[in-house]
Amino acid sequence: MSTSTAVADQPLLSVNNIEVIYNHVILVLKGVSLQVPQGGIVALLGANGAGKTTTLKAISNLLRAERGDITKGHIDYRGERVDQLNPSALVKKGLIQVMEGRHCFAHLTVEENLLTGAYTRGEGRKAIEQDLEMVYTYFPRLKVRRKSLAGYTSGGEQQMTAIGRALMSKPDMILLDEPSMGLAPQLVEEIFDIVHKLNREAKVSFLVAEQNTNMALRYADYGYILENGRIVMDGEAAKLRENSDVKEFYLGLGAGGRMSFRDVKHYRRRKRWLA
Amino acid sequence: MMFFLEVLIGGLMAGVMYSLVALGFVLIFKASGVFNFAQGAMVLFAGLFFVGFMELGVPLLLSLLLTAAVMVLLAGVIERLVLRHLVNQEGIILFMATIGVSFFLDGFGQTIWGSNVRQLDVGIPTDPILLFDGDILIQSFDLYAALVAGVLLAILVVFQKTRIGRALRAVADDHQAAQSVGIPLNVIWVIVWSIAGLVALVAGVMWGSKLGVQPAIVSLALKALPVLILGGFTSVPGAIVGGLIIGAGEKLAEVYIGPLFGGGIENWFAYVLALGFLLIRPQGLFGERIIERV
Ligand SMILES: Nc1ncnc2c1ncn2[C@@H]1O[C@H](COP(=O)(O)OP(=O)(O)OP(=O)(O)O)[C@@H](O)[C@H]1O
Ligand SMILES: [Mg+2]
Repeated sequence: MSTSTAVADQPLLSVNNIEVIYNHVILVLKGVSLQVPQGGIVALLGANGAGKTTTLKAISNLLRAERGDITKGHIDYRGERVDQLNPSALVKKGLIQVMEGRHCFAHLTVEENLLTGAYTRGEGRKAIEQDLEMVYTYFPRLKVRRKSLAGYTSGGEQQMTAIGRALMSKPDMILLDEPSMGLAPQLVEEIFDIVHKLNREAKVSFLVAEQNTNMALRYADYGYILENGRIVMDGEAAKLRENSDVKEFYLGLGAGGRMSFRDVKHYRRRKRWLA
Repeated sequence: MMFFLEVLIGGLMAGVMYSLVALGFVLIFKASGVFNFAQGAMVLFAGLFFVGFMELGVPLLLSLLLTAAVMVLLAGVIERLVLRHLVNQEGIILFMATIGVSFFLDGFGQTIWGSNVRQLDVGIPTDPILLFDGDILIQSFDLYAALVAGVLLAILVVFQKTRIGRALRAVADDHQAAQSVGIPLNVIWVIVWSIAGLVALVAGVMWGSKLGVQPAIVSLALKALPVLILGGFTSVPGAIVGGLIIGAGEKLAEVYIGPLFGGGIENWFAYVLALGFLLIRPQGLFGERIIERV
């Protein structure tokens, strides 16, 4: 029997030394461990192909649909093993992923998209309508666009729709995959502001995968850096920002500015194409 | 002119049933990307069970319920034994699987219930109705069939707006995203295959009452194929309008063009119409707007 203090100290999510293999042969994660405390915002950083998305999908168990498998290690959520649960069961437990590239339902209106997020909730209309209003107060722009087909809205609006849709499931924890992708800097800022607000007001914990290291480390409490399927560094966000390697490789602030983040990215992408 | 109207109305009423069966195809295709060749065999299968129950002396309503239960059970079995294992396979492989299911249903239904033509009478009136002072004559049976199919179509269209209906459309749009918000794919598949089964039941009862329950019903149900070519494989309004066009088109053709060929063109005219259409507009009348924007 654990005491109540032990439960309070226990991380909300803990990933323990997991290994992930795609198609039975491609080893992508080679022993990744990380933790997200209750109420925290944790950043998962790394270049293209480092394994960020794979890590998040391993947690939400969307991996199976991609023919990926966790072959070693385990994942605990609220102290309970969850790596055998399907995505639907995880959403019911309050753990939901917002996928990279937003993935809105193009032929559904913005409001219908939001409502699909409430699918797993057995509650009546009233409660769901209240939450719809709650989402609209966080994202006033969605209220204006509520009747538009999501496929015809802008990238920023789609990202908001995707986050709002996840909120409709009443999550305790959101796995947010590259919210900044393809958005103008100002919009990225706006999205991260809302993430921060949701964290403080709605008490949602976040694990955010990002290539935009600078932005992510400004909003997160803690960060992990992933390279080639391994965690190579972790620490408090403020400390990571001061670290010289992080500065050089991920923040593009290296001495003499030889190596910008963009170079790293192109290099990785080339490597991936050639592979 | 009155005669033309008479033929047109008769054709449209027959077309509503095509629309309904085509909608069964569209729902499955959208939700699972499977082109369900077995839809035709499902119509016969449902018809055989229904007439079988009736012949055992089970009351009409109970027979309907029992057959509906059989079709839902069938949906569950197909998901469990076939779809679940082929989920990530290519469309053509799934299509082949449905051909297998089709022949199985065709044969299995007849194994249980025999293969002779079975008369079916569910008490729908068959006397003709006269309109416009007797200038236009329509069959009341066709009218009832069209009404039943029309009501079912309307229910299905309204259903699209419900929680489950929204989930179906979400799965059709992006099944990974649907999974990510907690919509369970296998439940959705069982639901769409059940709907297709119920559509098959209605078509089986209606066509069975008109022609007798017999294997020829399968090819009648496959008239939904030209309807789909016309209407587009992913469009609900397309299935509805396409069914009406095929229904009216083949009746008019039979009457006005048929004599040139010495009659009997009703069986293949729909396919020719669809082929011609395919050359002009391959995406169908209402081929779903493809939204490409990232
Ligand atoms: N379905 C899959 N099958 C096989 N290999 C895959 C699959 N998905 C990803 N990979 C490989 O796994 C590695 C990690 O990919 P992942 O998408 O997790 O990286 P990422 O850090 O999210 O990258 P990005 O920043 O580009 O999104 C890459 O080398 C990729 O090619
Ligand atoms: Mg990624």
